[in-house]
Amino acid sequence: MGRTLAEKVWDDHVVRRAEGEPDLLFIDLHLLHEVTSPQAFDGLRKNGRRVRRLDLTIATEDHNTPTLDIDKPIADPVSRVQLETLRANCAEFGVRLHSLGDVEQGVVHVVGPQLGLTQPGTTVVCGDSHTSTHGAFGALAFGIGTSQVEHVLATQTLPMAPPKTMAITVDGELPDGVTAKDLILAIIAKIGTGGGQGYVLEYRGPAVEKLSMEARMTICNMSIEAGARAGMIAPDETTFEYLRGRDHAPKGEEWDAAVEYWKTLRTDDDAVFDAEVVIDAASLAPFVTWGTNPGQGAPLSASVPDPASYDDASERLAAEKALEYMGLTAGQRLRDIKVDTVFVGSCTNGRIEDLRSAASIMDGRKVADGVRMLVVPGSVRVALQAVAEGLDKVFTASGAEWRHAGCSMCLGMNPDQLAPGERSASTSNRNFEGRQGKGGRTHLVSPQVAAATAVLGHLACPADLSDDAARTPAGV
Amino acid sequence: MEAFTTHTGRAVPLRRSNADTDQIIPAHWLKKVTRDGFEDGLFEAWRKDPEFILNRPERQGATVLVAGPDFGTGSSREHAVWALQNYGFKTVISSRFADIFRGNSLKNGLLTVVLPQEDVDRIWELTEADPATEVTVDLVAREVRAGAFTAAFELDENARWRLLNGLDDISLTLQNEADISTYEASRPAHKPSTIQV
Ligand code: SF4
Repeated sequence: MGRTLAEKVWDDHVVRRAEGEPDLLFIDLHLLHEVTSPQAFDGLRKNGRRVRRLDLTIATEDHNTPTLDIDKPIADPVSRVQLETLRANCAEFGVRLHSLGDVEQGVVHVVGPQLGLTQPGTTVVCGDSHTSTHGAFGALAFGIGTSQVEHVLATQTLPMAPPKTMAITVDGELPDGVTAKDLILAIIAKIGTGGGQGYVLEYRGPAVEKLSMEARMTICNMSIEAGARAGMIAPDETTFEYLRGRDHAPKGEEWDAAVEYWKTLRTDDDAVFDAEVVIDAASLAPFVTWGTNPGQGAPLSASVPDPASYDDASERLAAEKALEYMGLTAGQRLRDIKVDTVFVGSCTNGRIEDLRSAASIMDGRKVADGVRMLVVPGSVRVALQAVAEGLDKVFTASGAEWRHAGCSMCLGMNPDQLAPGERSASTSNRNFEGRQGKGGRTHLVSPQVAAATAVLGHLACPADLSDDAARTPAGV
Repeated sequence: MEAFTTHTGRAVPLRRSNADTDQIIPAHWLKKVTRDGFEDGLFEAWRKDPEFILNRPERQGATVLVAGPDFGTGSSREHAVWALQNYGFKTVISSRFADIFRGNSLKNGLLTVVLPQEDVDRIWELTEADPATEVTVDLVAREVRAGAFTAAFELDENARWRLLNGLDDISLTLQNEADISTYEASRPAHKPSTIQV
């Protein structure tokens, strides 16, 4: 019987298989950041262990880094200790690190692909659940906890039980104005936050094949929000083109050998998935969340649902609690929801294409009165590219703030936070209670919806802007 | 890792689904570089409410958390497990756990027990009716007992063996050094390397 993409990559990494034990899996790439690594390095130190494969390990600073005044000492002493701890650990153990101020610094899941380190058919882990992002390349990539970080540092392997596989087939074509973010939000709303649990998702079908690498990363990034540890997309010409010439992509004969291998990484026609979901791309529209988990979403044209409409008691309770926290009432039109803050950034939507699409909407328009808009590139490289294209100027001319690279307002760990009761439209991936700051209320949206929302001051999509005659785009 | 064989203690019935790891331990707590001292961060936002179940006098000293479905979703932070353990929980019962959280728990000796939602409902009812009810989680017999109520649970044999014996994963893996070296020797040359170019 044929094998799925996930099974092929898995099989290629089994170091040891024994009856009644989890497989021992080899890890090709281990990404580190400051939050989930200190206790792991501590464990190595206590046991007199070293990092087994420095050549497969790389670290960057992202979660705690400020996005303003990066040349000054970090104001928050606790953040500073955490960054200093990473620096000391990397120096002691010899791990390559890209610190704040370095040209390769950025959100760990933006940096890996950008350097060409994330490649088809590899296993990639990081102490961060959004490691699923790297699956866009046909890599088996998943988030791990700190004990596992220590395990990989010490052994370059992980004992794991093989996951089940689920196909998410997206037929047809995404309508104009509907993005990868809308697609993944709709998928999560359909299968639920626990729907992917225990599975590796493989996104496939014509609508997925058409997507750029960056859009594919947006989709795989949020696999974890459907409960799946990993999401994958089979590598194809789009993948190979993205990788060609990148710093760490194979060169010369090795490139040819690699591409030959990568081409075998497709689910066989006779392979059987443990589950399958089919989505009709044509039926999709811009999608936003109204609740406090990423599965609580609806098309922008809809209204806030009535908790009483849920049959399942725990879902009903969850919806009631969500509406209370979000300060929303059932039946309210989603388009009528006013926001204070718009955040464009994160490992979900902080890459150059995301910034381009937000900029194309902001160009010649203004951020609405009383709204603050933060644009935070996912990495220094993305920032430099955006500046080269003049996107920073478009954002600042519209009244948005252009910041330095980092996780920023994706999570309340650095100075960029929502105040209690503040409401945001955010291109990040989690709308959990307090995720963007204590008491903050988050609506997850695409970069396009974020930009249109910034202009109008309430949840909106670019189509809602079509008749503003006063616009004078500078043309980017 | 401390071994887990059987544990008996009072319970906290947490009637919430999707208790994500941002609720279990909010991000600003993650700046600590140690594995302890997270107890005050556990469910920090919810604990602001004096009526929140964890704040109730009759729940003080409880060691068994009985939670709604999809417990531990979201961020991979192992700090969520440490916070539960630092607070005093030895085991968590739910009808569904997020994968990463479950893996993290088992690696730290916090036993996550999966029971059907009807069983979770029963334990909720029992421990709500009488907060002094003791719940026993018996990994040897793979059973949860509370008063006259008994439910069997599954856990894969290997994980169970490691928990019962308190075995550390890294030492176990290092016994397979020869297999790792053999695998490394056969990796294709085109695989990525992080050595600076
Ligand atoms: S951008 Fe957000 S989701 Fe991504 S790594 Fe940073 S904090 Fe995590």
